Amino acid sequence: MIDEDFVRSLLSGREYLTVLHQKDCLTLACEPGSLVELCTHLRDEETFDLLVDVTAIDHGNDADVRFSVVLHLYSLIHKNYLRVHVDCSDNNTPVVPSVSSVFPAANWHERETFDMFGIQFSDHPNLKRILMWDDYPYYPLRKEFPLAGIDVPLPAADVSEVTGADVEPAPMMGGPFVSAGGGRMSETEPRAKDESWTEDMEKPI
Amino acid sequence: MSTTIKEVQVGDIGAQAASHLDGDRMALNVGPSHPTTHGVLRLMMELDGDSITKCEPVLGYLHRGDEKIAENMTYNQFVPYTDRLDYLAPLANNVAYAITVEKLAGVELPERCEAIRVLICEMARISSHLLGMGVFGMDAGAWTPFMYTFTEREKLYTLFEELTGARFTTSYTRIGGVARDLPDGWLTKVEKFVDELPKAVDEVEKLLTRNRIFLDRTEGIGTISKEDAIAFGITGPNLRACGVDLDLRKDKPYSGYEKYEFDVPIGTKGDCYDRYLVRIEEVRQSILIIKQVIASMPGGLWYAEDARKIFAPPKDKVMTSMEELIQNFMIVTEGPQVPPGEVYFEAENPKGALGFYLVSKGGGVPYRLKIRAPSFCNLSILEKLVPGHMLSDITVILGSLDFVMGECDR
Repeated sequence: MIDEDFVRSLLSGREYLTVLHQKDCLTLACEPGSLVELCTHLRDEETFDLLVDVTAIDHGNDADVRFSVVLHLYSLIHKNYLRVHVDCSDNNTPVVPSVSSVFPAANWHERETFDMFGIQFSDHPNLKRILMWDDYPYYPLRKEFPLAGIDVPLPAADVSEVTGADVEPAPMMGGPFVSAGGGRMSETEPRAKDESWTEDMEKPI
Repeated sequence: MSTTIKEVQVGDIGAQAASHLDGDRMALNVGPSHPTTHGVLRLMMELDGDSITKCEPVLGYLHRGDEKIAENMTYNQFVPYTDRLDYLAPLANNVAYAITVEKLAGVELPERCEAIRVLICEMARISSHLLGMGVFGMDAGAWTPFMYTFTEREKLYTLFEELTGARFTTSYTRIGGVARDLPDGWLTKVEKFVDELPKAVDEVEKLLTRNRIFLDRTEGIGTISKEDAIAFGITGPNLRACGVDLDLRKDKPYSGYEKYEFDVPIGTKGDCYDRYLVRIEEVRQSILIIKQVIASMPGGLWYAEDARKIFAPPKDKVMTSMEELIQNFMIVTEGPQVPPGEVYFEAENPKGALGFYLVSKGGGVPYRLKIRAPSFCNLSILEKLVPGHMLSDITVILGSLDFVMGECDR
């Protein structure tokens, strides 16, 4: 059972842990330096042995703590989830210790998080891009990355040399996309159609 | 001239050949466009003769950036994108996504809506497993079972079409309910279908379960231990085939699964054959669930009435009533308003646990939506599982894992 006693015994002697909330599942905030120790303890002593997910949140460019890594663990005994937030201290070069030595499942999840957010996982055995190609220059899930994408060279240099082709942003004219939520209503209404270019007529530079 | 025949054991020749070839390994690339890989998975392998010494999966050939797209559209607008995750069971994805948002928004659903959702989830499971079993037989060299399973799957798709208007990309759920009520007489057709389905499953079993060739190709191949399966985050039938009793429908019931009686089949060895057996039995259990749902289908509304700011009003009211018109306008322009917070929800999908991690900062669009795809996690064990097997086992192992690249790459 994940009750008050469980939380108290988990927190005792661990100053690096704080409880954020317990709405859908117990949510802890952990200092990056103690993440591996916490995960080992949760796996070996508290039966949270199934790491279901590792991901990150980008809180935006002007946030004090820009990136937090979020881990979700599941216990087959408690039949419940546990969430761990780890805030990256450095906004420009975020680093978090890898838990792939504790949970092999973290290997691919951390590669994906690195691929999408550019968060480095120290001591990761094989930290390289997983969904995008190796030479891709951007981190697509960062908030400043535009939805349409950015012009980049083709992954196959020999092909682009002959054809002159590159990877172009997706044309999304008239798409059902709306701007990000929050703020005044005029800002949350659907974005106006960009009529400065069409698929036949080039976008003005 | 006399000839002497030296007695040589077969193993000696093999060893000689192997020592001769030592260090002379071959690199082999499979995919991304190869029938074995059921989509666009690419495997970079290193072979020593016919046995595999190294295997590195390469993903991302079907990456669409679904999570980025989700941050730029309202909650209901994202429903069609969930069809395209595990496109062999779109209804189950729709339900999982809708429940996630409803959990954060705190919407209580009427009983009828929950029963409909359980019904379509189980139909999606049958459809996915029929395909999984059929192509698995085909991967092992048996064409005929595929014909039986696809005939049945076709009937299911006709039922889906009648219910949702689409055979493949169903987009049936909305935040706070489902798009429309069940059509008249539809439940009778579903009942007729599930009454006839066991016969087809029996046919497949007759063709495969005690088939010598099939057994030789699948038994003891691709064995995953319990510990490895948990360590690599494998879920769904693949995990249960290893002997781990984890079924979220039982362990963390959602959408009223606790009301229905069914068994969770569990394997013993965790090899390719066990994964096939578990899927066969899951189809039979799904049939039982569907029969119970139909027998106890409650009346009432198929959407949550109190979710005013979330569920779009009925179309005839929009045209005639001022209040509903305003509500409709707000939902179209601003999206359903979901309070700030975070939520993680996993549903037991045919391929495994499909999880959505949703972070909202208020307003009509998600701040962050992470999709935890079961196929992604299930494939991560390949690097460890495949080495040591023969090249010809690759087809069987991949077929038995029953993955979908649409959800793996997102």
